[in-house]
Amino acid sequence: MRSDVTQFELTAPATLTEVLRRLADNPGRHTVLAGGTELMVALNTGRLATHSFLSIQHLRELRFIRETPDTIQIGAGATFTDIRGSKIICAELPLLAQSASWTGSVANQNRGTLGGNICNASPAADTPPALLAYDANVTLISAASMRELPYRDFHLGYKRTAMRSDELLHTITLPRIYAGHRQYIRKVGTRNAQAISKVALAAIALVEAGRIIDIRVGAASLADRPLRCTAAETVLIGQTIGGEGMEALVRKARAALAGEAEPIDDIRSTAKYRIAVGANLLEEFLRSL
Amino acid sequence: MSDIRITINGQARSLNVPSMKRLLDVIREDLQLTGTKEGCGEGECGACAVLMNGELVNSCLVPALQANGASVCTIEGVAIDGRLHPVQQCFLENGGAQCGICTPGMILATQHLLNKYPRPTYEQIQEGLAGNLCRCTGYMRIFESVCKAAEADYLPDRGKA
Repeated sequence: MRSDVTQFELTAPATLTEVLRRLADNPGRHTVLAGGTELMVALNTGRLATHSFLSIQHLRELRFIRETPDTIQIGAGATFTDIRGSKIICAELPLLAQSASWTGSVANQNRGTLGGNICNASPAADTPPALLAYDANVTLISAASMRELPYRDFHLGYKRTAMRSDELLHTITLPRIYAGHRQYIRKVGTRNAQAISKVALAAIALVEAGRIIDIRVGAASLADRPLRCTAAETVLIGQTIGGEGMEALVRKARAALAGEAEPIDDIRSTAKYRIAVGANLLEEFLRSL
Repeated sequence: MSDIRITINGQARSLNVPSMKRLLDVIREDLQLTGTKEGCGEGECGACAVLMNGELVNSCLVPALQANGASVCTIEGVAIDGRLHPVQQCFLENGGAQCGICTPGMILATQHLLNKYPRPTYEQIQEGLAGNLCRCTGYMRIFESVCKAAEADYLPDRGKA
């Protein structure tokens, strides 16, 4: 049932400092609201847990895409439209641009933010597999401190993250080292727009003289959180692509992925299907190397 | 409650509304403009799509406070001087509307698409309208209407809020 909107309060602090002060003064009391594409759905279906919301959508300092010599830095407030429209992201981080382009629809992409996609922490979210494959770092700020941690350590469980209740996600930082890497992303859902993934997989690999010398794989809807597929990576690193060992390697990689995946049965798919298709996507990537 | 100012279809209005009230309900209840429809209420169907500062948004997902200071264009603001906008005319002439519930959102999504790509490819049309669900037409006549509108003498600065 829809919530009674008069029971909720949304305020828009004028500055980021004020947002952080209010988060620090009453940890856990406020929920941060950016584009509203997730929380307003929860409002409409009566699933909101808290009653006080802080709007950060107007804070320009959170909406940026910058480059340094070694990194691309994306503000948590950058929208999916910003991301897919960024020349540098399209050129250097195509998996992120692609995943932004199949998040929701144009109207949702105009409002939804990368920070919101990460902090909402859905295991089926579209951009996390790409961020895991690219080995992103996230910068969390609070009134008292600022810290950076690897994105692979951010998700702790179903909708549980390493972010404290007084913290805000500020920046997502990606290394600029992927020009020579093979890159792969595929989403399996019921239709192109709006569909939430049954399974999605993003992967990058650097192959030199036929050997995999760097590889990272991220997946959606294969576990209770966005999954970095380290078991599959461990099987594959250092191995030779093509040649007579290829079939055995593909089998081992599929088995490793199946072993680390812990999907569920839900309205969109079954655990069995998700494991089979996740392994198929990994195999498709390996055969493209 | 929050005091908000919205420029709706070119007209400045001041309102006192709950800060989390959906822009959709502000438009339909407070501004009495019922052309904007509610479909799913979850941002999936696009029936409630409007232009906010020129951007296509689902108004069921915009809290009133975030529309403060914004310029909003609804289906009522699309016609020019009492005459149908070329996009509306093309939907009318090409069977782009049947039951009509999705039509306001389709028209505004088309406005947004043609403002961005005045001569869109078929793929751009398909993607631009992918967030607007229609259960009557099967989409072909809608796409046809948009193609016709793009061929028409479309002026990207028209119909904006």
